[in-house]
Amino acid sequence: MATQTIAAQKTAQSEINYLNHARGLKSWLLTLDHKRIGILYLISVVFFFIVGGILALLIRAELFEPGQTLMTADTYNHIFTLHGAIMIFLFLIPAVPAVLGNFALPIMIGAKDVAFPRLNLASWYIFWLGALTMLVGIVTSGLDTGWTFYTPYSTMTSSGVTWVVLGIFILGFSSILTGLNFIVTVHKMRAPGLTWSRLPLFVWGLYATSIVQILATPVLGITLLLLALERILKIGIFDPALGGDPILFQHFFWFYSHPAVYIMILPAFGVISELIGTFSRKGIFGYKFVALSSVAIAFLGFLVWGHHMFVSGQSATAATVFSLLTFLIGVPTGVKVLNWVASLYRGSIWLRTPLLYALAFLFVFPIGGFTGIALGTLGLDVPLHDTYFVVAHFHYVMVSGGLLAFLGGLHYWWPKMFGRLYNEKLAQIAALLIFVGFNVTFFPQFILGTQGMPRRYFDYVPEFTTLHQLSTVGSWILGLGLLLVAVCLLHSLFKGQLAPANPWGAGTLEWTHTGRLPSPHNFERTPVVTRGPYDYHLAEEIFGNGHGDGGGTPAVIPAQGQAQS
Amino acid sequence: MAGVPEAATGHAEAHAHHPPYLQHHFVSAEQQFDAAKLGMWLFLVTEILLFSGMFVAYAVYRVWHPEVFQAASKLLDWRLGGLNTIVLLTSSFTVALAVHYAQLGDKKRLVQNLWLTVALAGVFMVVKYFEYSEKFHHHIFPGGNYAYEGLQLPYVGQFFSIYFVMTGIHGLHVLVGMGVLTWVALKAQRGVFSSEYYTPVEISALYWHLVDIIWIFLFPLLYLIH
Repeated sequence: MATQTIAAQKTAQSEINYLNHARGLKSWLLTLDHKRIGILYLISVVFFFIVGGILALLIRAELFEPGQTLMTADTYNHIFTLHGAIMIFLFLIPAVPAVLGNFALPIMIGAKDVAFPRLNLASWYIFWLGALTMLVGIVTSGLDTGWTFYTPYSTMTSSGVTWVVLGIFILGFSSILTGLNFIVTVHKMRAPGLTWSRLPLFVWGLYATSIVQILATPVLGITLLLLALERILKIGIFDPALGGDPILFQHFFWFYSHPAVYIMILPAFGVISELIGTFSRKGIFGYKFVALSSVAIAFLGFLVWGHHMFVSGQSATAATVFSLLTFLIGVPTGVKVLNWVASLYRGSIWLRTPLLYALAFLFVFPIGGFTGIALGTLGLDVPLHDTYFVVAHFHYVMVSGGLLAFLGGLHYWWPKMFGRLYNEKLAQIAALLIFVGFNVTFFPQFILGTQGMPRRYFDYVPEFTTLHQLSTVGSWILGLGLLLVAVCLLHSLFKGQLAPANPWGAGTLEWTHTGRLPSPHNFERTPVVTRGPYDYHLAEEIFGNGHGDGGGTPAVIPAQGQAQS
Repeated sequence: MAGVPEAATGHAEAHAHHPPYLQHHFVSAEQQFDAAKLGMWLFLVTEILLFSGMFVAYAVYRVWHPEVFQAASKLLDWRLGGLNTIVLLTSSFTVALAVHYAQLGDKKRLVQNLWLTVALAGVFMVVKYFEYSEKFHHHIFPGGNYAYEGLQLPYVGQFFSIYFVMTGIHGLHVLVGMGVLTWVALKAQRGVFSSEYYTPVEISALYWHLVDIIWIFLFPLLYLIH
């Protein structure tokens, strides 16, 4: 191991890679390289995650005791709205596709870049344009509607709704263009031999996500545009005072925003498949089912929006149909979870930080999923609607989907992104803290919800104090864990041990066919693919000996990628 | 996937005969053309979905208030709408001709047809301008601002909200199309395109057809209600 490190350090100095082939701020801001754009997105979404996270801590701190603790009720309304809007539109939706997808997808399919590199860079600028437009509204007049912008309140309030919805309209273009780019890339840019049944499951997940992004986002765009016009021109489509229909807004809004849940979760499913495939050394059980269930979820996701509106006055027939379709979506999701468990069964499990996140996901996500089925049940939804049960449910789905998978994926691809390993022990402690902190924060909220604590309330009866305090303490543990992740990864960036080209002994192209850091065009020669992504049958001859402990990364593999032409 | 054979057609060979329009990350001109075309088709899908929200709003309010829609529609001039329909259909024909001549490598006729399309789009916008200003003159505004004395019915404001938002966003697409086609025409004048490479002509023509098709739906739905 020691000699290998020295050898790796030697090659690192002479090697031309995507990080050192051009230098300076301009080379980053004008880059067309999908890997660098991924890094730009990483910096951006982490920034917004920190902002949204601080707001979350403020919410929990305010709720530590009944009555006013830290802020006024009005401020509280702004804070929880901003937490939701920032986390969803500026973190969860772009996080996995735009950061990890941008970085890994082209390499995973053996392409030199995405199909439209300039469009890819434009997406990042559009993301910032949208984010800044949102911020203009937030800074000048705040936002107190909740992230759902329900009419008629959103047409009446004097807070910055117009700016914020226009910002989200612009952000939608960024999301659409990324999805469009990925679909074309997967269709047209695959390396020879990389058939659809040999695609890594992360690529399948991103592909399904992109379909949803393309089909759903324009509808949100027009909805928010109509809402903005409602405020500017009084067009009277949604505003009941002018003869408009507020329920129509809810239909339009959820037609996007339910599929948007799958924009956040499908790429996460893809990440989990990669992690489980790599660290159980066995290949994904039921690969085709896992792949196609992503597409099934993408399509079914369009048919269930009405389950957000059971108590808003839609017809009983519609509610029944939406309820049944909601149960149906549990089927492909169950297929995934069961196949992941079956993949772990009798595998050679190598417990590293990325797998820890995947296991945390496997524990947390089904809780979110099953409570979703509970909420999809017509009778149960009526008492649980708009309570903390719903808050706990979607945080179990979104945080497990968005955050745990993002962190797992980030730890997994980190050595490929920056060429350095992180302190494994520290990273594992952080993962544990996050897992514990998350459950302590949100599990009590299920109980609060069943006892009748309504969501978005500033105040509560004293009986709820203990559970609220437990939840707040959990948020501190969660925050501490995230801080530790930041420390661990920043330390790795500057002081981390140089990583070998394939530290995990993974079987996909970004590990087997590139050097320690990928070269600017990813590959010296276009690879020809002759086997599936998780085919460990030939592992001995592919990875050499000792792949079980991950320490052995034979020099043969990186040498190919590093060879200069 | 190390240890597997690698493609003989690599980087180095591709550079040997590298047409100037071929971007480095594509293997061949065909791949580049197919990618651009698929990308444009996907973009058109998103455009249709953008308009779909407005079509749904139209359907909802028309089903609720059919008599209002009938009465309000009479305030629109079907002759001007019909003229604009003919103008746009003709422009679709000229842009299709432009693609045809691009494929044949006939630069002169390509440029002619592109400018003709831009001009027809301009005619459309001028007619639209006269329609809009006539409406504003009579205080026919969207939604809550509707104040036309000649027709006072509840929900008539909603009809004009839908009219102005749909034709307004469509008009915006016409303007964008004019910009794009002008850019392509200027490129064509410089002789950038040939029978081997005419991707921008083809994909901007696709976009233009979509703008045309959306109008084909808007015209009867708004102007021809009986």
